[in-house]
Amino acid sequence: MAEDIYQPLDQDIHTEPMILQMGPSHPATHGTVRFTLTLDGEKVIKCDTEVGYLHRGFEKECENSTWTQVFPYTDRLNYVSPLLNNFGYALAVERLLEIEVPERCNWIRTIMGEISRLSDHLTCVGAGGLELGAMTAFLYALEGRELVWDLIEEVTGARLTVSYGRIGGVKDDLTEDFADRWAYTRGRLQEIHANTHKLLTRNRIFLDRMQGTGVLTPEMGISYGYTGPVLRSTGVDYDVRKDHPYFMYGEVDFDVPVGDTGDNYDRYLVRMEEITQSIRIIDQCLERMEPGPVNSDDPRVVLPEKEKVYNSIEGMINHFKIIFEGIQVPPGEVYSYTEAGNGELGFYIVSNGTGKPWKIHVRSPSLIMMGGLHHLIEGGLLADIIPTFDTINMIGGECDK
Amino acid sequence: MAEILLSVVKIAVIVFGFVMLVASLMTLLGDRKQSAKIQNRIGPNQARFFGFSLAGIPHFLADGIKMILKENVTPAQSNKFLHTIAPGLVFVPALVGWAVVPFMDHYCTGTVQTLPQMNYTEVCVGGEWKNYFSIMHFNSGLLFAFAIAAVSVYGAAIAGWASNSKFSLLGGLRSSAQMISYEVSMGLSLAGVLMIYGTLNLNEMVRMQGNMFGDWLPMWGVVVQPLAFFLFFLAGLAETKRAPFDLPEDESVIVAGYITEYSSMKFAMMQLSEYAATVFIAALIAVIFLGGWQVPYVYADGIRFLDNHWVPFGEDAWYWISIFLRIGAMVFKILFLVWLQFMMRWTLPRFRYDQVMTLGWKILLPLSIANLFVTALVLAIL
Repeated sequence: MAEDIYQPLDQDIHTEPMILQMGPSHPATHGTVRFTLTLDGEKVIKCDTEVGYLHRGFEKECENSTWTQVFPYTDRLNYVSPLLNNFGYALAVERLLEIEVPERCNWIRTIMGEISRLSDHLTCVGAGGLELGAMTAFLYALEGRELVWDLIEEVTGARLTVSYGRIGGVKDDLTEDFADRWAYTRGRLQEIHANTHKLLTRNRIFLDRMQGTGVLTPEMGISYGYTGPVLRSTGVDYDVRKDHPYFMYGEVDFDVPVGDTGDNYDRYLVRMEEITQSIRIIDQCLERMEPGPVNSDDPRVVLPEKEKVYNSIEGMINHFKIIFEGIQVPPGEVYSYTEAGNGELGFYIVSNGTGKPWKIHVRSPSLIMMGGLHHLIEGGLLADIIPTFDTINMIGGECDK
Repeated sequence: MAEILLSVVKIAVIVFGFVMLVASLMTLLGDRKQSAKIQNRIGPNQARFFGFSLAGIPHFLADGIKMILKENVTPAQSNKFLHTIAPGLVFVPALVGWAVVPFMDHYCTGTVQTLPQMNYTEVCVGGEWKNYFSIMHFNSGLLFAFAIAAVSVYGAAIAGWASNSKFSLLGGLRSSAQMISYEVSMGLSLAGVLMIYGTLNLNEMVRMQGNMFGDWLPMWGVVVQPLAFFLFFLAGLAETKRAPFDLPEDESVIVAGYITEYSSMKFAMMQLSEYAATVFIAALIAVIFLGGWQVPYVYADGIRFLDNHWVPFGEDAWYWISIFLRIGAMVFKILFLVWLQFMMRWTLPRFRYDQVMTLGWKILLPLSIANLFVTALVLAIL
C-alpha cells in the first residue's frame, strides 16, 4: 500500500499525499467505522473503509437462544428503528412455521413499523443538519423523534429496546388512547417537518453542500446491492413494501418517492418525503383497523392464557414447553425480507426442527452500503464525507451485527 | 503621570470591564441560553447559588472553575514552546485592537456647539477636546485595527502546526487561508468608505457620520455605502471564524481544528479570544457603518430635528446625559451586532472549504472592487 500512496504528485512543488485516520473515534464516524483517507490537500484520493468495531456476534448468539429469545438481540440491530427488526424477524419465522397472524396484528405491525420508520428518518435528517453545522435543525428533528418514542414507549413499555414483536403476534394490543395521542403527535410532526423544510431545503449553503456530492448511479447502486432510500434516490423505485407487499402494505395507499440524480440532496428529499408517506400510511391503518385478537391461536407458538396456565395441567405443560424448549420450528430454510429504515432487511433462517435456530443470517442494508461507500467519497473533498456518510445512514449495530 | 494613570484606567474599564465581560457573557447567554431559546430547550439551570439558578450564571462560573482545574495536556511530540505561546498569540491581538475604538466623542472642557449650517458639525468653544473615551487617539486607527486583526492569524496557524496532529494542521491551514483571503475583500470594501470620509481616524469617522443628508437622514456608513456594509459584515464573519464560516474548527470533519489538542485554560483562552474577536468585529462595524456612538438627532447641545432645537434639563445636565446616551448607543450597537452573529450561527449550516474560497475570491472581491470604482466615479463627478 505504501508505494502507490507515496507516489509524488506531478507538480512543480514537491508534495506528498497525507494519510489521515478518520475514526473509529471521530465525531463524524458515529457508529464506529474507520476511514483511512489519502488526502491531496483537502481532496480525498483514496478511502479505505473498515467496519466491525461494533461486532457483537449477533448471528452466533442467536444459535444459542430459543426462537423467542432472539427478539431482544434484533432490537440491537438498527437501534433507531428496533420495531422494524422485530417484525422482520417475526415474519421470517412465521413463514417457516407457515402460520398466519390475525388481521389486527398485521395492522398493528404496519402502524408500529411506520412509526419506527419515522424515528429512523427524523434522526437521519436531523443528524445530517447537525453535522453540517445546523444544530437547530437537529434539535427540532429530535423533538419529533422524542414524540415518536413517547408513542412507542406507551405501547411497548420501552423506548429503545422494545422487544415488542412475538412469533405469531405482538406483545400487546395498542393502548386505548393511541389514536388520540397519534393525532397530537401527527400535528407536531407536520410542524417539525415544515420547519425542517424551511430551515434546510432551500438554504443556499445546504444546497451547495448536498447537491452533486456523493453521487450514486443506478447501475452502481444495483450492482452493489444498495436498497432503501439510497437506491430510490437514484431513480430506481424498488421498495419491498410496494413490490413484495407484506403485513397490510398491499391494502393501504402510499407513494414511493424516487430521486433522479442520486446525490446527497436527493437522499435527503427522499427521506423527507417518506416521512409524509409514513404519516399517511399510519392514518389509513388507524382508520381501517378493527378490534380483534392480536395473537395467533396456534398453541405451538403462542403462550396459553394465564388462567389456563394456573388452573389446568395442559395449559401449564404448554407454557413450560414453549418457555423451556422453545417453539418447535419445522426443519427447513427461509429467506424473508422487509423494508427497514435503511433498505431491505433480510433474515435467512435455517431450522433443524428444534427450539433454537440452526443458523440465522441477517442481510443488513447498512453493511452492504458500506461496501460501496468509498466510491461515493473518493474524488470529493474531505468535508463531503460528512453529508455522504450521513445520508447513507449507516447504523453501527446493524452494520457490524 | 496622570496621563499614564488615565490610560491604565481606560484599559481596565474597556478591556476588562467591557470586552472580557461581554465575551464571557456571550459564552453563557449567546452560546447556551440563546441557543436554548432557539432550539426549544431550557438551557443550563442546574448549577445553583443557594437554590437559585440565576439565569444560568452559576453554570458559567462553574465552567470557568472547571477550565482552570482541568489538567493541561500538551501532546507528546508537539513543539512545547509554540504550543504554549499560540493561545497568547490569538488572545492578545483580540484585545489590543480595542485601543482605537472610540466609545464616545472626546470630552470638551468648554461648551459644545453644533453648527447646523456646517452640516451639524460639533465644535468645542472655549476649551479643548480631551480624549477620555477611547484608549488611544490614533490618526491611522483603522490601519492599526487591521494590522492587529491580521496578526491573529499567526496564532491559529502556529497552534495548528505545533500540536503535531493532522486535524490541527488542517485546521491551521484552513484558518490562515480563510483569514488572508477575507482580509483582502475586507480592506477593499472599506476603501470606498475611506474615500468618502477621507480619514483613518475612527473617532473622526464617527463624527462625520453625525452629518445630515437633507437635514433628516444621518449620513451613517450604511447609508452612503450599503454594499460595503454587507461585504464588510460577511468578510468580518469569516474573519472571526464563527459560523457559518467556522471551518477552521469544523467539529464534524476535523474534530476541533486547530484547538483539537488544547485543554484547560489554553483552550479557554482560544475560545475567549474567538468571542472577543466577534465583539471586536461588531465594534468595527458599528463604528464604521452604524454611526458608532452617534444617536440620530441627539447632539451635545440638545436635540435637533429639522429646524427644531430642544435642550431638555438645561445645557450642563444635557451634556452629561448626551454622553451617557452616546456610550449606551455604542454598547447597544455592538451588542445588537453580536446578537445578529449569534442568530446566524444557530440558523445556518456551515460552508465547505472550497465554497468559502469561491465566495471570498470570486464574489466578495469583485463586488468590493466594483463598489470601489463606483464610489470613486461618483465622488469624481460630485
